[in-house]
Amino acid sequence: MSKITNDIVSKYQESDFSAHQLSNLSIDDPEDAELAYTMRDMPPRVVHTFPRDIPVKEGSSRPHTPGTPTRGSSSMGRSYLESEPEGLRRSQLSSMSSLDSSVSPSRSKSPWGRFDPYDSAEDQDKEYVGFATLPNQVHRKSVKKGFAFTLMVAGESGLGKSTLVNSLFLTDLYKDRKVLNAEERIIQTVQITKHTVSIEEKGVRLRLTIVDTPGFGDAVNNTESWKAVEDYIDQQFEQFFRDESGLNRKNIQDNRVHCCLYFISPYGHGLRPLDIEFMRALHGKVNIVPVLAKADSLTPAEIRRKKIKIREEIERFGIHIYQFPDCDSDEDEDFKHQDRELKESIPFAVIGSNMLFESKGRRFRGRMYPWGVVEVENPAHSDFLKLRNMLVRTHMQDLKEVTRETHYENYRAQCIENMTRMVVTERKRSLCSRLRESSSDLPIPLAPVDSETERHIWEKDEELRRMQEVMQRIQEQMQLTHKDGF
Amino acid sequence: MADVAPPEVRPKPVVPAKPPHVAPPPIPSHPAPPSGPAVQRSGGSTLLGYIGIDTIIEQMKKKTVKTGFDFNMMVVGQSGLGKSTLVNTLFKSQVSRKCSEWGREDKIPKTVEIKAVSHVIEEGGVKMKLTITDTPGFGDQINNDNCWEPISKFINEQYEKFLKEEVNIARKKRIPDTRVHCCLYFIAPTGHSLRPLDIEFMKHLSGSVNLIPVIAKSDTLTPEEKFEFKQRVRKELEVCGIEFYPQKEFDDDMEDKSDNDKIREVMPFAVVGSDKEYQVNGKRVLGRKTAWGIVEVENLNHCEFSLLRDFIIRSHLQDLKEVTHNIHYETYRAKRLNDNGGLHPISTAVDTHESNL
Repeated sequence: MSKITNDIVSKYQESDFSAHQLSNLSIDDPEDAELAYTMRDMPPRVVHTFPRDIPVKEGSSRPHTPGTPTRGSSSMGRSYLESEPEGLRRSQLSSMSSLDSSVSPSRSKSPWGRFDPYDSAEDQDKEYVGFATLPNQVHRKSVKKGFAFTLMVAGESGLGKSTLVNSLFLTDLYKDRKVLNAEERIIQTVQITKHTVSIEEKGVRLRLTIVDTPGFGDAVNNTESWKAVEDYIDQQFEQFFRDESGLNRKNIQDNRVHCCLYFISPYGHGLRPLDIEFMRALHGKVNIVPVLAKADSLTPAEIRRKKIKIREEIERFGIHIYQFPDCDSDEDEDFKHQDRELKESIPFAVIGSNMLFESKGRRFRGRMYPWGVVEVENPAHSDFLKLRNMLVRTHMQDLKEVTRETHYENYRAQCIENMTRMVVTERKRSLCSRLRESSSDLPIPLAPVDSETERHIWEKDEELRRMQEVMQRIQEQMQLTHKDGF
Repeated sequence: MADVAPPEVRPKPVVPAKPPHVAPPPIPSHPAPPSGPAVQRSGGSTLLGYIGIDTIIEQMKKKTVKTGFDFNMMVVGQSGLGKSTLVNTLFKSQVSRKCSEWGREDKIPKTVEIKAVSHVIEEGGVKMKLTITDTPGFGDQINNDNCWEPISKFINEQYEKFLKEEVNIARKKRIPDTRVHCCLYFIAPTGHSLRPLDIEFMKHLSGSVNLIPVIAKSDTLTPEEKFEFKQRVRKELEVCGIEFYPQKEFDDDMEDKSDNDKIREVMPFAVVGSDKEYQVNGKRVLGRKTAWGIVEVENLNHCEFSLLRDFIIRSHLQDLKEVTHNIHYETYRAKRLNDNGGLHPISTAVDTHESNL
């Protein structure tokens, strides 16, 4: 589960470094290949073609011993990066002189272990520059830096949000939470709470922030209750914008909300007015993933009906939820099938639980009813696994990207537009005031002429901008036709 | 405390009055010689033979069977909590609003509407005119301020109608009783506590109608969660001073009190409704089928539907009507007469007769 992989660290502590230990540097299970998902550019199948055991030869291939345990990976990386071009040079020479057709000794020095894209037999004789290892380098750097993800959960109270978060990330974030009773809730307003937890799994660190919205939808009058949430998201964008435009940009903390799980009540007939308003207010600022809460109160037929209804209503009201990226046409059928299934499962019907049960030798999270036991992670019982896979294993990076590239950019563009508009109006206003002042001094009507020219300039500016827009549009069109041409 | 008017003055076959001085015999099947206690109760005069006073129960029964009786129930709660399904399950027939309209009209209305549907159900020769009043739109809007007002108004209108009929000079032999005898309030099974809306509604209405809170769709809760939730709800109701039916202050005697106490301990009933049948252990039962088991509606281990049904229909149906008539209606009547110092017709119903006291 999520604990520090002590075995790797302890191995680093031994100063003497054998080949066996080195192979542990690389991740030895095929399922760890999912780490590759953290970088979207690296498709999983490339990894599967790598041979399992890399013949790592000892002796000369170990020029430096590692330093301290935690810095072990970085020093290793550095040392091998240095030796890599050397090795490559040697391999190039060998191929040119056609001395050795077998595996040249330089191959064994590859620091990438099984990730090395040049290790297949057919690549031995061809000439390569070697930049196909760029993804590996990025991967290493990112793993070192760790990842951050901010998830927001929103919905009425009592829909199982906290339980689901705990089940998703196998933590207990809400230990000291106090649930208010109804009297206290009458006067409470919507609050925003943040919990941050650092989890680590197989050497990869994730700083997870959960933003909760207690009080949302609880009052008798819920008008504008989503305002607090909207303001919070805008605040994070603003903070980032300011940091980005600041002087020291090295350590910007990214607190922008990457994904919002919106909990839909299973008791209603589809979406409620409050749900529609909330999603409409926020779909332009954050990736919304709708979730059908407490799905164990529904029969399979009811779940199917509700999903169809909710999807239809989402379309009808023009709500833009997070769209999964389409898979490329060259992916295999299995992948495409999975992708299609995922898209048809929206909203995810989930169940959460903090209680562990044991049955037939395996432990699972579930809920025990007099008529049966529900398993949280059983795909026949709920879409919990699908949601977790989507959120963590396959689409976490995409969520962050969309936040960065779409929502944040929209915000930024809006901000800049507002600023320039303010500046322009300021200029005009100051001009007018100057005008008013100056007209008293000067008998000659110079001032109106001044304003005239100013207005003229402004008009020309506008025209220029409009023409720029038109040009942009034409460019885009050209690009499209260019693409279609192929 | 409950003033029972003698049958002659107020001919209301709907509410057969309890004869004051006769302990009701267990089975009024044959005019047997009187048992000891019955004789002693009548204030010391010993009867020398069998008179047959106890046959009045039989007579009342015959009369009731001939005339039938009314029962009006109202269901209140957010949309989707299973109100219509529960009512159908309670009366084992399609009596709710949804079935009398042409389709499942699931659009949420913009304001709270009041829709009443009547059916006549017959069982064992006894005819009951059942009216279910539904309140679509309650609690579904973004702004639910005062959404209980249309409901409160409706209840008072029914009282007003009855009052008007009553004070007519030439009044009908049998005044049609449209007063709401029982109001089922559906609480969403969040597992935390009551919502502010629930409290507001119940505060405003527990004084004018018999309020029975139920926990809807309770198959969401595990037994432990159910127990905790109920305790919290009961505590909150107590703290807010909400008296649900059976109200403590209307318990007649010790027997009533102990019976009702037992029921009050279990309330609010955690119910599950269903109109589909499944085969379980060779029997056909009403239930809900999920991937991990079948929830049986009438199984006491699964939910408390049977308790609710027995409570409303099999043991307290008559009492509900009596409390409505003798307490809630009387309260309304007293208020109306006091407020206006006489009876002035208020705006609601059509005035055909000017009444004066």
